[in-house]
Amino acid sequence: MLTIRNLHAGIEGKKILNGINLDIKPGEVHAIMGPNGSGKSTLASVLAGRADFEVSEGSVTLSGKDLLALSPEDRAGEGLFLAFQYPIEIAGLTTTNFIKTAVNQVRKYRGETSLDAVQFLKLMKEKMALMGMDQSLLSRSLNEGFSGGEKKRNEIFQMAMLQPKLAILDETDSGLDIDAIRVVANGVNMLRNKDNAVLAITHYQRLLDYIVPDFVHVLYNGRIVKSGPKELALELEERGYDFIKNEVNEAQEA
Amino acid sequence: MNTIENIKERFQELSSSGEVGVLSSMSKKAVDSFNEMGVPSVKHEEWKYTRIGGFFNQEYSVVPGIEINDLSSTDIDLFRLPGHEKVSELVFVNGYYSGRLSHIRSASLTVLSLGDASKNEFAGIVSKYLGNSGKYLKDGIFALNTAFVQDGLFIHIKKGAIEPPVYIYNITDSRSSNILAQPRTLIYISEQAHVQLIETYTTIGSSESFTNQVTEIVVEKDALVEYYKIQNDAIHSSQVSATSFQQVGKSYVHAVTVSLNGGVVRNNLNISLAAERSEAHLYGLYFLKGDSHIDNHTVVDHIVPNCESNELYKGIVDDKGAAVFNGKIFVQPQAQKTNAFQSNKNILMSDTASVNTKPQLEIFADDVKCSHGCTVGQLDEEGLFYLQSRGINEKMARSLLVHAFAVNILEHIKPAPIRDYVDRLIDERLEFDKL
Repeated sequence: MLTIRNLHAGIEGKKILNGINLDIKPGEVHAIMGPNGSGKSTLASVLAGRADFEVSEGSVTLSGKDLLALSPEDRAGEGLFLAFQYPIEIAGLTTTNFIKTAVNQVRKYRGETSLDAVQFLKLMKEKMALMGMDQSLLSRSLNEGFSGGEKKRNEIFQMAMLQPKLAILDETDSGLDIDAIRVVANGVNMLRNKDNAVLAITHYQRLLDYIVPDFVHVLYNGRIVKSGPKELALELEERGYDFIKNEVNEAQEA
Repeated sequence: MNTIENIKERFQELSSSGEVGVLSSMSKKAVDSFNEMGVPSVKHEEWKYTRIGGFFNQEYSVVPGIEINDLSSTDIDLFRLPGHEKVSELVFVNGYYSGRLSHIRSASLTVLSLGDASKNEFAGIVSKYLGNSGKYLKDGIFALNTAFVQDGLFIHIKKGAIEPPVYIYNITDSRSSNILAQPRTLIYISEQAHVQLIETYTTIGSSESFTNQVTEIVVEKDALVEYYKIQNDAIHSSQVSATSFQQVGKSYVHAVTVSLNGGVVRNNLNISLAAERSEAHLYGLYFLKGDSHIDNHTVVDHIVPNCESNELYKGIVDDKGAAVFNGKIFVQPQAQKTNAFQSNKNILMSDTASVNTKPQLEIFADDVKCSHGCTVGQLDEEGLFYLQSRGINEKMARSLLVHAFAVNILEHIKPAPIRDYVDRLIDERLEFDKL
């Protein structure tokens, strides 16, 4: 589904990603872990199409489409979703108006008809119930004054509304207590099926107790330096990132 | 003949009329002031960024002081505001009140010429309050309006009246020539009266129009007034619109100025807080495109203790638009326990758009709470990316963000039909329907 080949990217002339290779198939959950500054969030930003980042080399395809040639909105139309580490607050734009616009634009892109008010409301109520979200959030400005947990829940609610092929969770666990992580992870798990996939980017292993990965990749210095089964996450939790760094450095010296 | 020559000719007619009384002596003084000061140029401190001199070098007809128009009620239908069936509608054509086209739908609303009002039971009010806004408007353009004060209108709202809204249409008929229109109004809101005033400006015809308006509003004890000025006139229509509130009794003023289109638009909004425990809330939204120039000058004058003023103006400037904001707050020495807040926020949408913003606080009392601030920036890139990442195309995302920026001004338009109307105008501008 997602194929990344030799991806090099940076910001303001500074190289951050140095040749990423990754394959994600439908139905899989991949986790990307790594120490601070290893390029995890950059990878998420580059995949979603944030304008500040420049791709200097490599390719990314989603179901065969050249993702890098598309605008952020078209990537969303193709089925990419990024759950932000820091969701943006937009005063004056209600959550309902926002999500309704987004759903109908994505439907338009996918050649589907717009939802009418009744259909939309039904879908929205269903997905809010899934996330245990309070109805009152809908008429409030998008993320404005939301707690950290509410913001992250809102991200997964949006994911539920947009039904992406590939969901990238960028440090979705950061700033959340254990109960909030459980709610968010449950939401993600309920949305999983054989046709979609999840890329969970995280610094800590604890999210992976709830969103269990099929593969764990370790990112260091802008490269995937180690990949393994879910047990790799536990090893990292136990031994810290230093053993990875040492392995990499020894390999380079050798 | 240029406009100034036309004006001088009208001055001649005025002086030969031989009338005596409050209005004619006020008019005579104003003629002298205008002759002395002329049309304000950019050398005038309050006119540094706004040029209107050019209009007076061209030929604008200064129409004589009687209502001459052949407009019919159906002509007005084209731009009546929603909800008009249930409200009082006052129509001005080329600066003159047209009784024929107006509808008074309330017994507590009295409308008569300033000339008549200065001679009947309202004479005391007229002589006490007419022209007081000159304290804040020391320029030739104000004097020019005052020179023709005889042609003005007096509006009286009875004590305790809970009025239906009053819609005021300023129509300039420039079908046959360029027009200089100079509406002048004194509005007296009696004790305990509540009223919503909604004012719009429309030019019929493709010749240019210039409106030089002065409105003075006296607010008595326990009165509440909401005032909405909606400017969405043609690009060949310019105006200087001065609106001054004198809060002479403990009262509440809520004013919202929405400027969406026009050539050169200059608004002077003056608030004189002259009775303790009065409140004034001022909101403004300007959204410029093309070559529009919109200048909001506000003065809030805290004269007595224990008053509160709150001001928020927001602007979106696109294309080659030029916006000016100048907000003065005076806190006079005796005005202790004043709360005065002011904020001006701007978004520039293009490289050729400009904003000049200047907050000015002059505080002479020591026990007060005052704050001010202004910002000029661009649309939030992070917000834009967030919306785009949800599948919303860039143009739509920009429109949503601009609309979101305007919301906390729009929500202060309390009459729902007017709020919806303005919201629609903004949506049209943002072209939501085409996205």
